[in-house]
Amino acid sequence: MNEDRRSIVEDRGGFAFLALLAAAAILVPVLNRAVPAGSPLHLSTYALTLIGKYMCYAMLALAVDLIWGYCGILSLGHAAFFSLGGYAMGMYLMRQIGPRGVYGDPVLPDFMVFLNWKSLPWFWLGFDRFWFALAMMALVPALLALIFGWLAFRSRVTGVYLSIMTQALSYALMLAFFRNDMGFGGNNGFTDFKDLLGFDLHEDGTRVALVSATAVALALSFLACRAIVASRAGRVIRAIRDAESRTRFLGYRVESYKLWIFIFSAVIAGAAGALYVPQVGIINPSEFAPINSIEVVIWVAVGGRGTLYGAAAGAVLVNYAKTFFTGALPEVWLYALGALFVLVTLFLPRGLMGLVPAGVRAE
Amino acid sequence: MNARNRDRLAAPVRPDAWQTMLEAATGSANTPVLTLLDGKTLYLDKLTVSFDGFKALDALTLDVEPGELRCIIGPNGAGKTTMMDVITGKTRPDYGSAWFGRAINLLALTEPEIAQAGIGRKFQKPTVFEYLTVFENLELALSGPKSFWITLLSRLTAAQREHIDEVLEVIGLTSHYRVLARTLSHGQKQWLEIGMLLMQQPELLLVDEPVAGMTPQETERTAQLLLSLAGKHSVIVVEHDMDFVRSIARRVTVLHEGRVLAEGNMDQVQNDPRVIEVYLGE
Amino acid sequence: MRQDELRTSNFEVRSSWLLALLLVAVVGVPHAGAQSADERFLATLGELREASFPDKEAIVERLSGTNHPRVRSALTAFLDDRLYSRVSDQKIFIVKSSDDSLSSLELIDPLSLQDAGSSARDGLDKIGTNNRLRKVLKTAVARFDLSSADPAVRLAAVTEVLRSLDDATIALLRQRFGVETDAGVKAEIDTGLALVALDGSDRKSRLDAIAALARKLRPEVRNRLASLIETSSDGSFVEQDEGVRRAAADAMRSIDRWRTFYSGIETLFFGLSLGSVLVLVAIGLAITFGVMGVINMAHGELMMLGAYTTYVVQLAMPGHIGVSILVAIPAAFLVAGGAGVILERTIIRFLYGRPLETLLATFGVSLVLQQLVRSVFSANNRSVETPAFMSGTLQFNEALALTYNRMYIVVFTLTVFAILLAVLKRTRLGLDIRAVSQNRAMARAMGVRSEWVDALTFGLGAGIAGVAGVALSQLTNVGPNLGQAYIIDSFMVVVFGGVGNLWGTMIGGLSMGIVNQLLEPYAGAVLAKILVLIALIMFIQRRPRGLFPQTGRAAEGVS
Repeated sequence: MNEDRRSIVEDRGGFAFLALLAAAAILVPVLNRAVPAGSPLHLSTYALTLIGKYMCYAMLALAVDLIWGYCGILSLGHAAFFSLGGYAMGMYLMRQIGPRGVYGDPVLPDFMVFLNWKSLPWFWLGFDRFWFALAMMALVPALLALIFGWLAFRSRVTGVYLSIMTQALSYALMLAFFRNDMGFGGNNGFTDFKDLLGFDLHEDGTRVALVSATAVALALSFLACRAIVASRAGRVIRAIRDAESRTRFLGYRVESYKLWIFIFSAVIAGAAGALYVPQVGIINPSEFAPINSIEVVIWVAVGGRGTLYGAAAGAVLVNYAKTFFTGALPEVWLYALGALFVLVTLFLPRGLMGLVPAGVRAE
Repeated sequence: MNARNRDRLAAPVRPDAWQTMLEAATGSANTPVLTLLDGKTLYLDKLTVSFDGFKALDALTLDVEPGELRCIIGPNGAGKTTMMDVITGKTRPDYGSAWFGRAINLLALTEPEIAQAGIGRKFQKPTVFEYLTVFENLELALSGPKSFWITLLSRLTAAQREHIDEVLEVIGLTSHYRVLARTLSHGQKQWLEIGMLLMQQPELLLVDEPVAGMTPQETERTAQLLLSLAGKHSVIVVEHDMDFVRSIARRVTVLHEGRVLAEGNMDQVQNDPRVIEVYLGE
Repeated sequence: MRQDELRTSNFEVRSSWLLALLLVAVVGVPHAGAQSADERFLATLGELREASFPDKEAIVERLSGTNHPRVRSALTAFLDDRLYSRVSDQKIFIVKSSDDSLSSLELIDPLSLQDAGSSARDGLDKIGTNNRLRKVLKTAVARFDLSSADPAVRLAAVTEVLRSLDDATIALLRQRFGVETDAGVKAEIDTGLALVALDGSDRKSRLDAIAALARKLRPEVRNRLASLIETSSDGSFVEQDEGVRRAAADAMRSIDRWRTFYSGIETLFFGLSLGSVLVLVAIGLAITFGVMGVINMAHGELMMLGAYTTYVVQLAMPGHIGVSILVAIPAAFLVAGGAGVILERTIIRFLYGRPLETLLATFGVSLVLQQLVRSVFSANNRSVETPAFMSGTLQFNEALALTYNRMYIVVFTLTVFAILLAVLKRTRLGLDIRAVSQNRAMARAMGVRSEWVDALTFGLGAGIAGVAGVALSQLTNVGPNLGQAYIIDSFMVVVFGGVGNLWGTMIGGLSMGIVNQLLEPYAGAVLAKILVLIALIMFIQRRPRGLFPQTGRAAEGVS
C-alpha cells in the first residue's frame, strides 16, 4: 500500500528502452539477412559492427552510471575492466586461431612465436575453452575490483581522491600491458581473429548473432541494474551518495555496499568488453588509456546520470557524434569533445534526461 | 492527533510492557537491556567537562523519569549541547557518571553502541536524505539487519510496513509519503527526522532546538508531536523559545555555567530569582 | 813582373772562390740541413705509399722519433684514413674530408698544411691502415699529446698510452709524472704506472702498487686486481704470492665499498632530481586543490603551454639560447597564469563546491588545449635546446658523474618553492589566499574580495605549472602529449603529500622520486610505477588525507 515500487510497465523510460532493444534484436538480423544488399534499408557489415560497438559502450555506460549516478563513486578507470574482459575474450579467440596463424603453430599465438617463446605461459591455460574464457571475463575484473575496492573503500577514500586512484590504476595497467614480455601481445595486442565457437567472425551471420547477443546482454544488464536500484539496497546506495556519514551512522556498512556494487559494475564492464572484441576484431593496450575511461563518464553525463537508460542513450549519442566527426571533420572532434565536457557540466548537470519532464522520467 | 495516538498517550505505562518493547527493539545479545535505576531513565551525576580550562559542565547532576518530557533551557554556553554530547558518547567527561537506566553505563559505550542501546539524538540542522522520498527515508532508518545482500534480496515485511505507517502518522506526514524529502518545508524535514529517530524505537530522545526556524503553525504541530511522544518515550528538549517550552513542558531544568541552576515547572522557574538574574541581569 | 801579378791574381781568385764556398757552406749547410729534414719527412712519408703493413709500422716509429713539427698532423690524418698519394706525381697529401659521397677531394699539403688544390678521387690512392697499425698510430699520436698544453688532451693521451704500454712509453709516463701539474692527469699516470708495477717481480713494489690502486675506482683497475685472485682451471691460484693475493682482495673490497657509496649518492641525486621535477609539476596543483578544492585536469596542459612558450622564445632569440631560458621563465608564468585566470573566470567559478564536475570540465579544457597546440604547432614534438651553461657533466671521480641540467633543475625547484612560500607567508595576496582557504565566509566579512583571490590563486597555480613546463622542456620532448605524461604523477604527489600544504608537496614529491629511483634497477620502470601506486593506496589507508593534511572548510568540502 505504501510500497514505492513501480513495475517495469509503469517505468516509462525503462520500458521504452527495453522495447527499443527488443526491436533492435529483431530488426538487425532481418535488415541484414533478409533485405538484399542493394536496398537502402540493408544494414551493411560496417553498420552491424557500429551498432554492436555502440551497444557494448552502452553497457559500459550502464556500469558507470550504476556506481556514479546512484552511489557517487566516480571511476575514471572503468575502461580497465572493459579491457580486461576484452583481453579474456581475446585470449580465447587467439587460441581458436590455432594453426591458421602466420607462423602456423597450433598452440602458440603468432606473437609468442615471434618472441621465441617455447610454451604457453600458465595464465593462458584453459583459454581454449569458451566457458573458461567466459568465466574469466567476469572473474578477472571482479577480482581487480574486489582488491582495489576493498583497499580504497575500507580506508574511506572518497570523492576526487578515489577518482584519481582509479585513473592511476588504469594507467598502471596500460603501462603493464604495453610491455611485450607480459604475454599479452605487447603494444600490438591481439588481432586477426578467425572464429568464435566455430563460427567465422567475418561472416555477416556471425556478426548478426553477436549484435543480437549484445542487445540481449544489454537488456539483461539493464534489468539487473534496475533491480538493484529499485531494491532497498538501491535506496541505501543512494543514501550513501547523498550523505555517506549519515548513512553510516544509521548503522549501514557503507564500505560493503560500495564494494559489492563496484564489483558488479566491473563485471558488467568486463562483459561489455568481451562482447566488443569479437565485433571490432582487435584489442590492444591503448584500450586501457585513461582518456577512454573519462570518455565513458562524459557519455553518462551527457545522457543523464542516475537514470540508467539515460547513460545508455548518452553512450550511443556521443559515439555516433564521434563516428561522424572523425569521419567528416577529424580536426574538430577533439574540440567538440572538450567543449562537450565543459558545456554539459556547466549547463546540463542532469544530462539530456534532465530536459525530459519529471513525470516521464523514472528516478 | 488522531484517536490512536491519544489512546497511546492516555494509557498508563506498564513496566512489563516496557520490558518487552525494549527487548524487541534492542534484540542483540551485545546490547545491554535497560532496567530502570530507581525508576529513572537517565541519571547524570556530577558530570564535569572542561575544554582548555573552560568548564563546559561543572558537576552537573540531573535525572529524567521514564516517559517524561523534560525541557532544558539556559543561556548560551550553559552546557546544554555538551551535556547531550556526553550522553550520546560524543564527548567524554573528566569526571562524573552517566547512567541509562540501572545497568547501562553510558561512559563505557561507543557512540553507535549508545544509539543501539536506545538513545536517539536529533540535531539542530535537519539531515534527511534529500533525494529519497519520505517513505524511503523512514525505511532507511528501520532497525534490523542492514547488510547488502539482505537489503538487496528482501522486501519489506508487513510488520515493517506497518511500523513505517505508524511513524508516518505520528509525525503527521502520511499524505506525503511519496514526496521527495528535499521538497519538504523546514518544519516537515524536522518531523521527518524525528520520525527517522522513532524508527529505531529509542527509549530516550534528545531533541536539540527543534523549532528554530519554524513557522508558528509548524511550531504548534511540533509541540503536539513531542507531547505525543512523551509517555511512550522519554524526551529531553533543548530550546530557547520560551512560549514553546511553556506549551510542552511539565518540568523545566535551567542550566547555567555547566550546572543546574533551577528546576521545576515553568512558573516556578520563571519566577525563580536566580533565573531572572541570569537571564535579565541585575 | 807580369807573371807575378798573374800568380797573385790566381790565388786571389781561388781564395775568393774558397771564401764564397765557405760562406755558402756556412749559410747554406744548415739551410740544406733543414731542407733535408723536410725532405726526409716527405721522403719518409712517401715510403708509406708502397710499404707493407709491418713496414708502415716501422715508418711511423721513425717518423715519431724525428720530432718533426708536422708529424702529428700527418699521423692524425693517417689514423683518420685521410692520407692519400697522388697517382700523377707520387706526392703525399692530406685530404680535407674523405666522405665517400665526394667525387673530388680537397688536398692539403702535409708540410705547410695549406690548401693544395683538389683532385678527382680516382687520381688518388689511399694509404691504407689495419688495426695493428692504427694502434701504433694512436700511441704515437698520444705521445705527442702527452705534452700538449690542454690538460684534457693530456688526460686522453695518458688513457690511450696505458692501453698499449711498452718500456719506452713507461719511461715516457714516468718522466711526464715528474713534471705534470694537473692533478687529474697525474692521478691517471699514477694508476697506469701502478698497474705496470703489478706485473713486475719486486714484491714490495707490487704491494705498494696494490695499495695505490685501492683508491682507484675504475673498472679496469678492479678487473686487474680480480685477476690476481683468480684460480686457473686446475684449481690453483694464478698468483703465487699469498700476501699479494690478500692485499688484492682487501683492495677490491675497499674499491667495492667506495663504489657502492658513490653509486648510492648517484641514486640519491637522480632521485632528488626526479623528485624535484615531481614537486615542480605538483605544486601548482596543490595550491589550486588546497585553496579552492578544484582538481584541475588541465594542469598538464598548462605545463605544456609553458614548455611551448620556451620553444617560441627560443625561436625568437636564436642566438642567445642561454638568455632565452631566463626570458622564458617569466614568459611561461604569464602565459600559463593568464590562461589559468581565464579558465577560472569562465568555467571554474561556476562549479565551486562540485569537485567532480570541475574535474570533468577541466578535462574537457585539457582536450581543447591539446588540440589547439596540435593545430598551431603540429602534432610533432618540438626540440628545445639546452643552453650551454646547463649542459655537460660534473665528474667528481671515476664513479660519480652528475649532469648539470639536473643540478640546475633541483636548484630551480628549491628557488621556486622558496619564492612561493614567501609569497604565501609574507605578501598580502598570500594572506588573503590563506584566509579564504581556511574560512571563506569570515574572510569575505573582513573585506577580502574572494572572487579575485580565487582567480589569482588559480592563476598562481597555473603560472607555476607554466614554469614547470620550462623545466620539463629541458628534460623531455615538447609535444602536445607532454601534459598527459605528468598529470598522473602530479596527482599522486598531491594525494600523498596532503592537499594544500606546500611542505607536504615538497616532501612527498622528493620522497616519491627517490623511492622510484631506488626501485627502478630492481623492478624496471613500469613495475616501479605500479609498486609506487600500490604503496600509495596502502599509505592512504593509514592517512587518508596525505602526509600533511589540511584542516579547514575547503578540505571538508572535497569528500
